[in-house]
Amino acid sequence: MSSTRAPAEGSAAWRRLGRALRPRLSKAQLTAGLLCLVLGFGAATQVRQVGKADFSKLRQDELVEVLDQLDAEAARLEAENRDLERERDRLESDQTSQQAAAAAARERAQVQGILAGTLPAEGPGVALTVRDPDRKLTAAVLYMLVEELRNAGAEAISLGSARVVAATYFEDGEDSSVMVDGSRVQPPYEWLAIGDPSTLETALGIPGGALAAIRTLGGSSTVSANDSVSITAIRALIPPRYATALE
Amino acid sequence: MIALLGLIAGVVLGMATQADVPAFLVPYLPIAVVAALDALAGAVRALLDGIFDDRVFVVSFFSNALVAALLVFIGDQLGVGSQLSTAVLVVLGIRIFSNAASIRRKLFRA
Repeated sequence: MSSTRAPAEGSAAWRRLGRALRPRLSKAQLTAGLLCLVLGFGAATQVRQVGKADFSKLRQDELVEVLDQLDAEAARLEAENRDLERERDRLESDQTSQQAAAAAARERAQVQGILAGTLPAEGPGVALTVRDPDRKLTAAVLYMLVEELRNAGAEAISLGSARVVAATYFEDGEDSSVMVDGSRVQPPYEWLAIGDPSTLETALGIPGGALAAIRTLGGSSTVSANDSVSITAIRALIPPRYATALE
Repeated sequence: MIALLGLIAGVVLGMATQADVPAFLVPYLPIAVVAALDALAGAVRALLDGIFDDRVFVVSFFSNALVAALLVFIGDQLGVGSQLSTAVLVVLGIRIFSNAASIRRKLFRA
């Protein structure tokens, strides 16, 4: 408070301050006290007013501005809401149709896999064993048997480890063997066919049919109808090189 | 001393009474309070100068508050209320700062 430069002035200020702080009932002191009371009251009231944080202290133009901002904000949010709802609906319908398409595709793939022989199949059907002790059965006879099974409604056929499908071919190999799709098959020929068992059995037993022809050639056969036949032989799918689907 | 007591009493009173500011005073009260603060700072400065006069304090206190509120009121009528109140607050702020600097110089020689 006292400095070497001007000790008198600094200490005078402090002296005056100290004198003013001394409680004396002078007119000046009372006046200042009263004004300070007014100021304190006003300040505290204003602080409380601000603490309320309502819109009552805003001017009209400010209120209008706030209202406009709120309106614009609400409109913006509503538009965003509409957009999002549309998006959600679109995604939902997309998902539904995609699920339907996926289910249809799965089903189609299953059907076609069974028809094309690329999937193992099971179901009621017959197991047929053809024995050929004299090795007299030719490809033509075996193919006739396939045709008979197909006529009787067989949906999936296998001969040994070969799956018999539309493209399967039978040919006579050397030493009176038979080739199915290029690989040799040996008697006894183990056939499996899925279809209506009684129809298949009846069709095989028809006089003059394939089994009759086999018997004529010295072979024998056993047919057994089964409630469940599993055809595990599958065939690799070769995509068509030339043919495309006609739209 | 009495002034300090008055200030404290005023704050307590303002907090305790929960007085609501009348609607027509709402835009002007903060400005008036700041103007009164300026008057108070000026009074302290005068006190330290040894030229404090209670009559001057009273007049400056009320005229400051009135003029500030009036300016804001006129600004409101002219449609520039918020700008003008900002202007008044800036001027009052500058004055309070210069008064405070003066007080500081007198008390601490710095």
